[in-house]
This record gives sequence, structure tokens and C-alpha cells, in this order.
Amino acid sequence: MADQTLDVKGLNCPLPILRAKKALKDVTMGGTLLVLATDPGSVKDFEAFCRATGNELIESTTEGNVFSFVIKRMS
Amino acid sequence: MADGAGSNTKKLSMIVTKGSLDWAYPPFILATTAAAMGLEVSMFFTFYGLTLLKKKLDLNVTTLGNPAMAMPMFGMHMAMPNIVSAIPGVDAAASAMMKGLIKKKGIASIPELRDMALESDVEMIACQMTMDMFEYTMDDMIEGPVLGGAATFIETATKSDINLFI
Repeated sequence: MADQTLDVKGLNCPLPILRAKKALKDVTMGGTLLVLATDPGSVKDFEAFCRATGNELIESTTEGNVFSFVIKRMS
Repeated sequence: MADGAGSNTKKLSMIVTKGSLDWAYPPFILATTAAAMGLEVSMFFTFYGLTLLKKKLDLNVTTLGNPAMAMPMFGMHMAMPNIVSAIPGVDAAASAMMKGLIKKKGIASIPELRDMALESDVEMIACQMTMDMFEYTMDDMIEGPVLGGAATFIETATKSDINLFI
């Protein structure tokens, strides 16, 4: 289970990333954030976001039309 | 938020020259996203782009000169030939339609993106020459932007990793 959950279902680019960036600030270093999104572009976007920011994308899964990402805060 | 002014921080600079609803999106989407990814961002607002800094935004689209514009309507895509833009009310209707789509599809509004850009310390520079030409004062503009000119932008651009003209 992730430490915190962010629901951005129904939101379009770039809001899932912007909201996740904000939410990560409230996650303790080494803690995890679960992001739930419906924007199909977010799959590649969260990979890029994590690479650029030094955070770790430890899980990226799809269930129906919902994309789930678990991000470990590293920076 | 940038990780500080360290020399390893990547920088994005942009010239924003267009002030219509459709053209307002790319610069603000890229600015907010780049800031979220840790870049230092600077936006230079000139000519019609300057109007994007006004306190009161009234953004519109036009069908004129936009052959690629096709609105989803009645389950199909309706092309907008140039001639229809001459009909009174068509541009207003197209603008209202686009604003409706923006809401329906969970897309951020321009004022929302602009606020987020300011919150994440995106630097905004208002072109002094354009301010003078179109007779605007800083009182017409939101809090945050500073005045500058071409030399200000060129200095920023030479230190940038990415530089866009929009």
C-alpha cells in the first residue's frame, strides 16, 4: 500500500503531472504516492517525469481505463 | 519548483507571441510541466502574447486562416471554412464551443495554468515595447511579471537548454 493516494481521474494533460508534483511534496522522503489517472498519455509522462526529477516509478499498471502509478519520493 | 539556482539546473526559455485561446495553451502547459520537472523557466510575452498577462482574460479562437480546425459536433468533425468566420457570432460560438470542450475534458483553464506557473516560480517578462505600443500599464497586468526587453530575453536565452518561439 502506498503512503498517499492522488486521484486525478478525468483530468487531462498536464494536470496529472502537476498535481502529482504538488502531492509528492507531502510525501516523506522514501515514501510512496499512488496516482490514479485516466489520461492514456500519463503512462509515458510519468516515466519521463520520474526520470527527470530523480523519483522512482516503482509500479505502472493498467486496469480497464484506469492507469495506476506508484512513485517513490527520492528527491 | 527548481532545485535552486545551481548550474546543473536545466533551463527553458520561451517567447510567447500569440494571444488567442488555442495558442495560449502550449506555452503555459510547457512552462508548468517544465517547472514541475525541476527546470527553471522564463517566459517573454510580446505582441499579442502580452495580453495573456492581463488581469482579465477574455480569450477567443477564430476560424479564419485555420483550415485544420475541426470541432467535434453531432458525432462527427465539422470543418470551419474561412468564409464562415465572416458570419457574425461564428467566432464567438467557436470560442464557446472550445471552452465547453476544455471543461468537459478535464483540461486546465488558462488562468489556472497561469496561476500554477507563478506558484512554481516561472519567471514572466512583459515586453516593454509592446506595453508602450498597445498602451498597457503594469496595472492592467497580474502580479508577478516584470518589465524587460530584447536584451533581457537574449541573455536568458543564451543560458537556456531549451528555447522556444511560440
